[in-house]
Amino acid sequence: MIEYYLVAASSFARDIDMVFDVVFWSVAFWFTLTFGAFIWLIFKFRAKEGVPAQYITGEEKSQKKYISYPHFAVLIFDVLIIVMAVRVWYDVKQDLPPADHTVRVIGQQWAWTFVHPGPDGKIDTADDITEIDELHLQVDSTYHYKLESTDVLHSFSIPVFRLKQDAIPGRVITGWFKPILTGEWDFQCAEICGIGHGIMAARVFVETPAEHEAWMQQAMNQQPGQQSELQLAANAATVGE
Amino acid sequence: MAESAEVSHAPGHDDHHHEESFWSKYVFSTDHKMIAMQYMFTGMAMALIGGFFAYAFRMQLAFPGMDVPFFGTVSPADYNSLVTNHGTIMIFWVAMPVLIAAFGNYLIPLMIGCDDMVFPRINRLSYQIFLLSAIVLIASFFVPGGGFGGAWTSYPPLSAKPEYNLTPLGATLWLVAVALEFVAFLLGGINFITTAMNARAKGMKLYDIPMVIWMIVVASILFMASVGPLIAGAVMLFMDQNVGTAFFDPDKGGDPVLWQHLFWFFGHPEVYVVLLPALGIVAEIITTFSRKKLFAYRTVLYTVFGTGILSFTVWAHHQFIAGVDPRMAHVFTVTTLLISVPIAEMCFVYIATLYGGSITLNTPMLWALAFIGEFLIGGVTGIFLGASGADIYLHDTYFVLAHFHYTFYPIAIIGTYAGFTYWFPKMFGKMMDDRLGRIHFWLTIIPFNLIFIPLFFLGAAGQHRRIYNYEHFPDLQGPLMLGFTYQDFREIATYSLLVMLGAQVIFFYNVIKSWISGEAAGNNPWKANSLEWVATSPPPHGNFSEELEVFRGPYEYSHPDRDEDYWPQNEPA
Amino acid sequence: MAFRPIANTRSASGIPTAKLATWWVVGSEIVIFGGLLASYIMHRLAHDAWSEQAAHTNVYIGLFNTFVLLSSSLSAVLAHKAAEEGNGAKAAKLLYYTMGGALIFVLVKSAEWTMEITHGFTITSSTFWSFYYTAAGLHAVHVIAGAIIMGIVAADAKKNQELHRVELIGIYWHFVDIVWIFLFPLLYIAK
Repeated sequence: MIEYYLVAASSFARDIDMVFDVVFWSVAFWFTLTFGAFIWLIFKFRAKEGVPAQYITGEEKSQKKYISYPHFAVLIFDVLIIVMAVRVWYDVKQDLPPADHTVRVIGQQWAWTFVHPGPDGKIDTADDITEIDELHLQVDSTYHYKLESTDVLHSFSIPVFRLKQDAIPGRVITGWFKPILTGEWDFQCAEICGIGHGIMAARVFVETPAEHEAWMQQAMNQQPGQQSELQLAANAATVGE
Repeated sequence: MAESAEVSHAPGHDDHHHEESFWSKYVFSTDHKMIAMQYMFTGMAMALIGGFFAYAFRMQLAFPGMDVPFFGTVSPADYNSLVTNHGTIMIFWVAMPVLIAAFGNYLIPLMIGCDDMVFPRINRLSYQIFLLSAIVLIASFFVPGGGFGGAWTSYPPLSAKPEYNLTPLGATLWLVAVALEFVAFLLGGINFITTAMNARAKGMKLYDIPMVIWMIVVASILFMASVGPLIAGAVMLFMDQNVGTAFFDPDKGGDPVLWQHLFWFFGHPEVYVVLLPALGIVAEIITTFSRKKLFAYRTVLYTVFGTGILSFTVWAHHQFIAGVDPRMAHVFTVTTLLISVPIAEMCFVYIATLYGGSITLNTPMLWALAFIGEFLIGGVTGIFLGASGADIYLHDTYFVLAHFHYTFYPIAIIGTYAGFTYWFPKMFGKMMDDRLGRIHFWLTIIPFNLIFIPLFFLGAAGQHRRIYNYEHFPDLQGPLMLGFTYQDFREIATYSLLVMLGAQVIFFYNVIKSWISGEAAGNNPWKANSLEWVATSPPPHGNFSEELEVFRGPYEYSHPDRDEDYWPQNEPA
Repeated sequence: MAFRPIANTRSASGIPTAKLATWWVVGSEIVIFGGLLASYIMHRLAHDAWSEQAAHTNVYIGLFNTFVLLSSSLSAVLAHKAAEEGNGAKAAKLLYYTMGGALIFVLVKSAEWTMEITHGFTITSSTFWSFYYTAAGLHAVHVIAGAIIMGIVAADAKKNQELHRVELIGIYWHFVDIVWIFLFPLLYIAK
């Protein structure tokens, strides 16, 4: 259902959409039934001259079953939903598949910084590639992200990946995702982080291996320091407006 | 204890009821009904402020950058402050004072058949502290730096450090106002609980207590048991802001997530604290206007207790993706989905009560039925968010926002209108204009749905909350569905809000008109059973002219042994 | 006494209203301290380094204050007994002893804090000290407030008025005492 609005661009996006759909259909069924009964009762039992209301205590077993059966049904559907939700949660948040790439994600007021390890595969070396508010990824490879924050809480959220994780200052939170479609999309900070929260936008670019290689070459030729300072200044200007 | 007092204040003698000055009658009154009115009208005034804030930020969202009439341009800082204080006001200064304090104060002594609260002066103190808290909150909008803009959840480090939130005074005053408000409701709550436990009329057994009183009492207990840790948290946050401690500052060994636990340990039971009184009000109304006994009174009561206990075990579903241990999510998914069982049961009971009834669709009944219908939507959309797997995507989107407005709006607004229109004849001795009431009802309910249904779709399409201008996000500009764009949906919501806010004029006009020139109500215009309808309308100071005795439960409507279709609780068999 | 509502003279639950309310007040205070102490314990378990900080607290002063508070609770119990016997003057005298205990407690506490602050352990030194001053400070506020209310109750009791309140302030005082029984090992002994 969510795919109607947004492509499912990561490997686990479909699973999350499926939890949504299962909840939607079970809820829609019961809601329609309950709401229908509710509306029907209102019309059926409108006050009529000479027809008194019935005296029903609802304390007897034969009467109570009208509420206890539906509530067992609710319980059964709850269990179904719990099983689905927990399994997807486990896959997305707990069970990390081995990484092809690692990227450090740093939230700060009000920009995202992404540090790629560069050709040597290690972060914090001279050949790191740093980008601000743009995240270039290679399609079909598994990424681990190391999420950090330098000041307040932020939330790293890419709707097309169905990915969301709060960043907490003082902690490094590791998670994973695997892009499966090429394209470019928005992402938004999802936790209020001060007056610039509304402009803490970024773009994610998912590229084929060849395009990604070309981008890496180009990025390494640039001086990342300059780029990032310019970007931060631009952000500050937008907030000041 | 005070046996002598009982003698000197024998019922039937209003020896304390002498001529009172304006001040002692309206401002410093200890009469529970006057204090209830003070809470009611303070709450309604705050609702107007909260509604105005909603108007300002919805206008900004529909027409980014426009000069909003009566407000001006909405800057990012203004926007954050508006949404923060809209949430804070609507929950702490509207839902709480109106549903718990106003209805609790008005109904508890009247419905259990006594003359006042057990501690009238503490009751007055409670309102005074509440009023002070409202003044402090309003003051926080005008201090240098502006009002606090860190969301009503006030997560540190944003709320703790002025260099991050840029509102040093606003953040502190916000916190002080909230803490004062808690103190006011602790005092009020203790009064409610002890009054209901001890001051019941002769013969009123536990199962003879009207459901609304039970629910207000359980809500007060829930509030009392859950707010303590947040009061401690507020002290810690205050010290972080002003003394330089580091309880929530990770740079110096603190932990920002601790606040989230303290906040939501209170914040989730708080939902039930305001929900229960509204459910109670609805129970009174649907039984009266369908002339039916409440279906399975005892089951409802046990369900209320069950909900209360379970509500303490679900708080971390607000923190699934907040960086807590991912294994915790499993536990809280289970508890969260389990709490749907008692809540669904409550809805089933109310619907079952309608069966075999003789339903009159007047204004209070319309509101009560609307409560059930709208709350059902709020309830079922909560399942999406309680399921941890789906919450990864939906967390902090407009889906969440639409969901909790479908719970809080029925509670705070529909519940209040239901109760107010139902007890208006008792409060003011006049009938309300039913036709105007219905017009107001439809002009509120239809726009309400048109505000929030579009927001479900925006949320499902990935639009996040608390962002002042979506023009920065190209993906959130294009077509959404049915030929509408994202922006069209935002505009529909805003136009609907304008209609809904405008319709409230009808309500205030109706109140004033009915108060002045309404038809006299008489003691029991609805032919209802509970004790408040025995007193004159409006009840005098001291409420009842004689000591009441209770012989049966409050819902003996259409009893087969009787010609009349109601059976007042105090009427001997 | 001004007007007392009929409501206040009823007792459907069988427990006197004032006593019931006192217990609810104590209940709401328990969760406040409970929240604070639970936060402290969570932090403490996560930070082993705090024991080093805690080593700078003075167990002997804490122990002395524990003794003072416990003794003051004893005289509160005796005051309750005297009040039950209708001996207001004796109850008042015993309550004054309890207030004396409160005074000693607060004085010792001030001296202790002065010493610690001059040694450089202030409320902002570390999160341990933040908790130390906040928790003990919140408790001390309760001691002071309790002592003031006790003074009012004692003044009434002396005139043989409102004797039932002697028991109520006693209940509150035991609560304040018990909070300290939790604070003392958590802040002083655990190292």
